[in-house]
Amino acid sequence: MILVWLIAVPCIGALLAGISPRGRELRCRGVTIAAFAINLALTLALWIMHPAVLRLAGGGAWFAEFDRAWIPSLGIRFHLALDGLSLVLIALTNFLGLMAAAASWRDITEKVRFFHVNLLWMAAAVIGVFLAVDLFLFYSFWELMLVPLYFLIGIWGHEQRLYAAFKFFIFTQASSLLMLLSLLGLYFIHGRATGVYTFDYGALMGTALSPGTGMWLMLGFFVAFVIKLAAVPLHNWLPDAHTQAPTAGSVILAGLVLKVGAYGLIRFAVPLFPAASAQFAPVAMGMGVASILYGAILAFAQTDIKRLVAYTSVSHMGFVLLGVYAGSTVALQGAVMVMLAHGISTSALFILVGALSERIGTREMGRMGGLWAAAPRMSGSLLVFALASLGLPGFGNFVGEFLVLLGVFRMSAPLAAVAAVSLITAAIYSLWMFQRACHGPNSEGWVIPDLSGIEAAIMAGMISVTVWLGIYPGAVLNVTREALESLRPDITSAVSSKR
Amino acid sequence: MLSLLWLIPLLPLAGFLSIVLGGGRMRGSMVALIAVGVVGLSAAMAAAVAIRFIYLPPAGNSFTQTLWTWIPATGFMPEISLRLDALSLVMVTVITFVAFLILLYSAEFMGGDEGYARFFAWMDLFVASMLVLVLADNFLLLYLGWEGVGMCSFLLIGFWYRDSANARAARKAFIVTRIGDAAFVVALFLIFTHLGTLTIQEAAARASREWPVGSGLAVAAAALMLAAAVGKSAQLPLQTWLPDAMAGPTPVSALIHAATMVTAGVYLIARANAFFTLAPFVQWLVAVIGAVTLLLAAFAALVQCDIKRVLAYSTMSQVGYMFLALGVGAWSAAIFHFMVHAFFKSLLFLGAGAVIMALHEEHDIFAMGGLRRALPGTFWAFLIGAASLAALPVVTAGFYSKDLILLCDWTSKSGSVWLWAAGLAGAFLTAMYAFRLVFIVFFGELRTKPGRKPGFRMGAALAVLAFFSLSAGFIQIPPDIVNFSPLSELLETSLPRLSAVSVGTQTEALLQAVAGLAGLAGIFFAWFFFRHPALVERLVLTPLGSAFRRLWLEGWCFDRAYDALFVRPYIRLAEINKDDCIDLLNRTLARACESMHYLLIGTQNGRVRQYAAAVTLGAIVIIALMVLL
Amino acid sequence: MITVPIEHVILMAAILFSLGLTGVLARRNVLFILLSIEVMLNAAGIAFVAAGARWAQADGQIMFLFILTMAAAEVAVGLAIILQYYRHTGTLDVDAMGGGRR
Repeated sequence: MILVWLIAVPCIGALLAGISPRGRELRCRGVTIAAFAINLALTLALWIMHPAVLRLAGGGAWFAEFDRAWIPSLGIRFHLALDGLSLVLIALTNFLGLMAAAASWRDITEKVRFFHVNLLWMAAAVIGVFLAVDLFLFYSFWELMLVPLYFLIGIWGHEQRLYAAFKFFIFTQASSLLMLLSLLGLYFIHGRATGVYTFDYGALMGTALSPGTGMWLMLGFFVAFVIKLAAVPLHNWLPDAHTQAPTAGSVILAGLVLKVGAYGLIRFAVPLFPAASAQFAPVAMGMGVASILYGAILAFAQTDIKRLVAYTSVSHMGFVLLGVYAGSTVALQGAVMVMLAHGISTSALFILVGALSERIGTREMGRMGGLWAAAPRMSGSLLVFALASLGLPGFGNFVGEFLVLLGVFRMSAPLAAVAAVSLITAAIYSLWMFQRACHGPNSEGWVIPDLSGIEAAIMAGMISVTVWLGIYPGAVLNVTREALESLRPDITSAVSSKR
Repeated sequence: MLSLLWLIPLLPLAGFLSIVLGGGRMRGSMVALIAVGVVGLSAAMAAAVAIRFIYLPPAGNSFTQTLWTWIPATGFMPEISLRLDALSLVMVTVITFVAFLILLYSAEFMGGDEGYARFFAWMDLFVASMLVLVLADNFLLLYLGWEGVGMCSFLLIGFWYRDSANARAARKAFIVTRIGDAAFVVALFLIFTHLGTLTIQEAAARASREWPVGSGLAVAAAALMLAAAVGKSAQLPLQTWLPDAMAGPTPVSALIHAATMVTAGVYLIARANAFFTLAPFVQWLVAVIGAVTLLLAAFAALVQCDIKRVLAYSTMSQVGYMFLALGVGAWSAAIFHFMVHAFFKSLLFLGAGAVIMALHEEHDIFAMGGLRRALPGTFWAFLIGAASLAALPVVTAGFYSKDLILLCDWTSKSGSVWLWAAGLAGAFLTAMYAFRLVFIVFFGELRTKPGRKPGFRMGAALAVLAFFSLSAGFIQIPPDIVNFSPLSELLETSLPRLSAVSVGTQTEALLQAVAGLAGLAGIFFAWFFFRHPALVERLVLTPLGSAFRRLWLEGWCFDRAYDALFVRPYIRLAEINKDDCIDLLNRTLARACESMHYLLIGTQNGRVRQYAAAVTLGAIVIIALMVLL
Repeated sequence: MITVPIEHVILMAAILFSLGLTGVLARRNVLFILLSIEVMLNAAGIAFVAAGARWAQADGQIMFLFILTMAAAEVAVGLAIILQYYRHTGTLDVDAMGGGRR
């Protein structure tokens, strides 16, 4: 039942925020923050209590589940289940939701109620995606996610918001249709083979497929998820959407939407089609490495600071793709660490960059410079997250990237070596960004207020979480271990015994 | 006592945190007290640990302290654990001690700077990272310290960030060393994948057991670690960042870019000596890189005009000596030289800092001169440092350590006369540029009137370092003089002994004499050229002379080559692809849809006759199709 | 009685139809277009009558009567519109009438 509450709390919050009287924005913001805080507390409680492990058919390490009939005639159920992977991602969702709501305190002044409704609605859909284990339900949540995001970008975005929103919509909608096709294909093949028509994840997991069919169905899921993940060459919606979205929108996009793609790969694309995935892994890993390097070079090329941060996401999500397809638990654990750490560090960068460009009225890096003296706290935070995103040990990003590459090295040493070049390219763009903004002469004579109380609190929270992930990643790795090991039968033991 | 080991790196870290969190509200003196105090406490702890370690050695001559499991991943469990053995003990003691003196000096030197608190915060963080680096029990934790010091170096080089040149130098330092770091990471993957552990001792033991000498894996692992060391220690071909790194405040140059961080590469190779022993080719490469770097850098140091750049090239050259020692298997000689170098080079830097401060931020040595009388204390300190650098026989520490390296080059089984000759030539050049500096800066006529003289805190630091620059050599006296070598005895509990051919006392004494003479000859030439500036002028004006001068002034033009080969192509590539050529596909698709849209709009023009024509045309086509098919 | 072969009648209808069509496409004066449409309608009518005679069915003649009525009605409406339009704009040029879609 607690799983339903996880989705219901943001929904109730959205309702309350929506009906709050006009002109009483404070109440609306308060409701939103309270909803996220309650949900975060619920998640953390689950995390700490670590309920007794239930087992579902088809394997898995589920902590809790909720199962009701929904449309029985078609074999559709309202089936939610929570394992370690979902748990940490839901915690991330609520944390970032809280941060996004707090960050829009000053940022959003128009249509405040509708904005918060969208924010909460979005969060509810994302949590639903992380919990659903009925494929139809999953698809419903997946589609539900799209609408509020379209509004967030299209209404509160920057100058080219309509272009960006439209591009985002077309990319994701096209990809969702591919997924729907694959999903129905799987549904009918399973139904015909067994006589039981069901969308249940556990039941569909063992469906026997001919290699050709398996590959096509897998590709449908793969493309859908990889577009959300924004891997090269399907990343083009991301820079526009991230750049044009309001700060909270960028936080949601970078922190959650990309993760939803990664989650889909980990939860569905690979376990549902293990053979096809294994066959496809080299291509996927190639895409991962391409994303890492291509994104890094593109990030360095940008002059718009927000666009730069957006491209760093392409680079970082390449690590996730690489980790998911590296075929070892270590790499998968690394991928999850990258997801969490990137969610926090990049969101923080977006919040900082948003605060900065709101203060000086431009996102052009050429016009910044010497801001350290004017805003030391802001610059310090920017420094911390620039360092985190270049993979400095001691931050969560390093742990994730290291584990991913460690896993990849076993499979293909040259690939890992090429990916390790990103250590250099990441340093180039991160330092470039930080120094353009904070070092050098303050040629335009900016005098800007430093971080406000709320912003400083946001940064303090985010810095402590990144550092915590960096020096004690055990908290995450321990809770996700069982889930990840069951999702990815470890082939490394076979490799090491061969040695 | 040993179980308090974790406090040694934690204290500076705590200092960093307290300054960062409360620095804005603290007074300058409070900041300095905390920053210097924690490092002082750390040094005291290190001394206590050292005494305990030497007089009551723990079992196996090492002590390991595990704090917690860092990354509990499946099949991969690196820990946060510290290891104290003779090697890390020497490193820790030297680092904390030198860092304490340099911080004490900075408390006065940096006085009045607007970034006073920021400076001390980062210095403390640096010391903490450096201590983690040398105390790490496994490669991953070592890498944490390794990157930590790199980051602090970046921050401190760009400390005076308003000047974009400084920011550029900082960025360059970080990115160039990051090339080596990337190689290091790959080395870690290789070691873990094939040996199943990242614990240094365990990995070394397994490697020695499982890998034959010269096997591909061993060579790869050693070569990758060499690349890492080369980056951090500013050796060929990744040395270009060090001269530019002098943009940072002088104490930073003294601590990070002379005494500690640049020698991290030396520490890494010494620590991972098992891998290098398994890969003789790579070890030979270490020696060759060291020899070539020490010569190239010494030549470059001969012509520099910026006092700090002379010292920077000198550092490069001296670290080259350490590499030379490592390359022939003289592990403890390298560490001995590291220790002595830490003393005399930070002394030189701090002396230079005092001069620079007195002359109001003047860096050009030709604007200095005749400071002997005006700044007597600084003069004596600088002179002692230079003498030690020039390896003035018998009285200075530099003599003993450099002599040991040269001797090892000669006697080691993997040594050769060429390496020895390179070292000897380097010794000559070193003495020459060191005393060129002394003569130009402190002798001759007074060119700029000095202002502020160093006060008590700066003076104390200079005095203590000067004392050690002279006396540190006596803990390792060559056997042909007095058989007293506690340092190498201590170090050999954790580092392999040099496998040398015995050459007899007479040869040894002869080699020492030659080495001493080379240094003296260098000093003489420096004096000679100083007294005859016309000669120098004429030499420089010859075409060959001016060409070499320019080449050396630019550090053999590596910067220019790298700029053309790597930097500009990368920037160009980025600029060309700024709008992302893959997006072109999407934009083309969008544009195609749009033009279709306009095309179809064009048919809807309200012209009745065109409509009619279209209808007719359509009818004709349909009828034709029906008839024909 | 001389019977005209059906092919000839159909051919004539086709020629008449083409002439009308050419008129519709080529003329710019809307009155002539209207006239040409009448010609086309009559061509169709001839074809119907001929076909009705060939198969001895009344349907062809019924259809012709139908076309006749319709043509009359169409002309009445069409002329009325054209008259109004002419009063409004002073032109009968069909190419100037592009505003219909607006």
